[in-house]
Amino acid sequence: MDFDDTPEEAIFRREVRAFLNTHASPKSPSSRGLRRRFIRDAADLAAAKAWQGKKAAAGFAAITWPKDLGGRGGTAIEQVIYNQEEADFDVQRGAFEIGLGMCVPTLMKYGKPQQLKRYVAPALRGEEIWCQLFSEPSAGSDLAGLRTRAVRDGDDWVINGQKIWTSGAHFCDFGIIVTRTDPNAQKHAGLTFFFLDMKSKGVEVRPIKQISGAANFNEVFFADVRIPDEQRLGAVGDGWKVSLTTLMNERLAVGDNTGPAVEDLVDLARGLDLDDAPALRNGAVREKLADWFVQSQGVKLTKFRTMTALSRGQTPGPEASITKLVSAKQGQDIAAFAVDLLGMAGAVTDTELSPMHAWFQQAVLQAPGLRIAGGSDEILRNIIAERVLGLPADVRVDKDVPFNALPTGAR
Amino acid sequence: MNFDFSDDMKLLREEARRFLAERSSSKQVRLVLDGKTDFDRALWQSMAELGWLGIAVPTDFGGSDLGYEALCILAEEVGRACASVPFSSSVYLATEALVLAGTPEQKRAWLPKLVSGKAIATFALAEGAGNPSARKIKCVERDGRLSGTKWPVADGAMADFAVVVAQSADGTPSLYLVDLTASGVTRAPLQTLDPARPHFKLTFDSVPAERLSLDGRGWDNIVKFIERAAIVMAFEQLGGADACLASATAYAKERYAFGRPIGSFQAIKHKLADMYVGNELARSNAYWGAWALTKNAAELPLAAASARVSATQAYDFAAKESLQTHGGMGMTWETDCHLFVRRSTILSGALGTTSFWKDRIVTSLEMRNAP
Repeated sequence: MDFDDTPEEAIFRREVRAFLNTHASPKSPSSRGLRRRFIRDAADLAAAKAWQGKKAAAGFAAITWPKDLGGRGGTAIEQVIYNQEEADFDVQRGAFEIGLGMCVPTLMKYGKPQQLKRYVAPALRGEEIWCQLFSEPSAGSDLAGLRTRAVRDGDDWVINGQKIWTSGAHFCDFGIIVTRTDPNAQKHAGLTFFFLDMKSKGVEVRPIKQISGAANFNEVFFADVRIPDEQRLGAVGDGWKVSLTTLMNERLAVGDNTGPAVEDLVDLARGLDLDDAPALRNGAVREKLADWFVQSQGVKLTKFRTMTALSRGQTPGPEASITKLVSAKQGQDIAAFAVDLLGMAGAVTDTELSPMHAWFQQAVLQAPGLRIAGGSDEILRNIIAERVLGLPADVRVDKDVPFNALPTGAR
Repeated sequence: MNFDFSDDMKLLREEARRFLAERSSSKQVRLVLDGKTDFDRALWQSMAELGWLGIAVPTDFGGSDLGYEALCILAEEVGRACASVPFSSSVYLATEALVLAGTPEQKRAWLPKLVSGKAIATFALAEGAGNPSARKIKCVERDGRLSGTKWPVADGAMADFAVVVAQSADGTPSLYLVDLTASGVTRAPLQTLDPARPHFKLTFDSVPAERLSLDGRGWDNIVKFIERAAIVMAFEQLGGADACLASATAYAKERYAFGRPIGSFQAIKHKLADMYVGNELARSNAYWGAWALTKNAAELPLAAASARVSATQAYDFAAKESLQTHGGMGMTWETDCHLFVRRSTILSGALGTTSFWKDRIVTSLEMRNAP
């Protein structure tokens, strides 16, 4: 048992580091709270595209994709190694994770050869960005309850309805969308999957202002939007099956807590007084620090176990399912604890006055989103219980009933 | 990345699991719980024959020399079976103390006997309430004779000798080898929450005591030794926690209420999912400990404390919530839930509670993160 790379992995890691050292700057403690995790404006978007272009030119944009589609033809462990190394560098993120992590892989599985030829390479180079049009106002955790309609009209389909929580839709060029084509069928059976140009006539994107004040995701409205049948992915009525391909990649794309971690809290406590003594000497503070260290170390080491399976060419075990569940909640708890530790000034978000550019305060308003995105805490617990522990599925009132006969509540 | 046990080790785990499922069922554990016998002697003898009592002991002393990963794996399975044997006391405490800090003569005299099961030993640290602390050691050695009181000491009555922590004449805490059959030793049984693992109060009245080598001298060395044992104990706790999850999951599938298996209710599902999460975090931290133990890594203190805290928390949660999942049946003597509640409680105190280990974690972090 060890944490060492195999000789091949070590060579690859050196290559990655050389690339990153040449083209990017390492993260520094002083940049905490200022890191570029979201796209805020045109400058951020340009920076993200430029970085993606460099990655693609160096062959690091999609390590596991086949070479003929512009990938590296590498292994899953190499992708993990790349991600590990890039995480130590301060590069603009937030534009390509969903498109390259979820949308284009779905296209690659169900698209026609000429479509792959047209779309995959520009996406890899960062020239075209993709979004995922799944959730709806009445279909979040219960995605299959979606209502956006697609109706066949000659060689086209006509789309009407609304999607929501669509990250990046305001700067995306293309989207993948799942729609209802047969409301008389049982709810999972009446769905069909497409991709579309986000500039199509009838598509309207409205940014949603979040509790943090930022607007990273959107509502997207469809009014008689025409999509050629050519752009259907999978058979009519097979939309649920295609969606699962996308969702299988989701938790990898959403990623973990990017907010303050326990080590940042140690640094905060080091510089603070609590009850006229250093906060780091306080028993209650130490107790919490130890709890979070053990938990975050557990998550990190669990990922190493997953990596080990990949490194050995095996399928990772179910333990990978715990990492987002644990780290999202921990991020929220650490943020709240830090604000509490700052006492009467805890709520101050002034980046000059609050430690680490008010990173902990920002996290109070950002962390809740991570507990909801990419499978809420509650859905993840259901998944662990049913798929890992083999507990029976919940009693369902929406099976074996036509979709349009289901109770809907007020909405 | 190679952060998992090898296939050979996984095979050992499967063998150990099968063997203990058969030989240490709850029926056997209950013989000790009910006071019919003091420990499972037949099982202990079989474990000796399998080479388990000297799994990490060099072959020079009759051991199997399979290393610390193997020792950790066996501890996990002993924990899963809730076995009533002095595995912690004799194998990963006293035997390890001799391996690490025994003089060549002491090793030659005792290790072959411990490995073959001809002798049993234990470790005597606690002197009543409190966590490990040099200040709390009141047992003293003067001119080769040891006096004082130790309690609770696991397996104190069946052990032939004990490795005892006592202050030497110059006030340095040190490890001593004490023959428990010598005159001047009193061994009084103690009532504890886990009668399936008998504990005792040992009183020493000027009893001959042999000091271990310099590696067993000084509080820092003693703590190092405790850290190493805590990693193995984390595996024993992890095995118990996994047994609780398995038992609660099986019950939730077969028990019906309101016309459906209780495991189909989210209240139960989420509880069991949380148990799984706790156990997997503990497993990952325990593996870190096993790695540190095998490589004698510089991170051993932090890995040991993390493994210990994670395992104690996981076992505590799993034992309580498994009982809760079993409803009223969990409160009966007949159902096995209480065996694990008992074992988790006694193990979380042995070698210091989480407050002791958490403080060590933060001390490590302070040094590691120092500006």
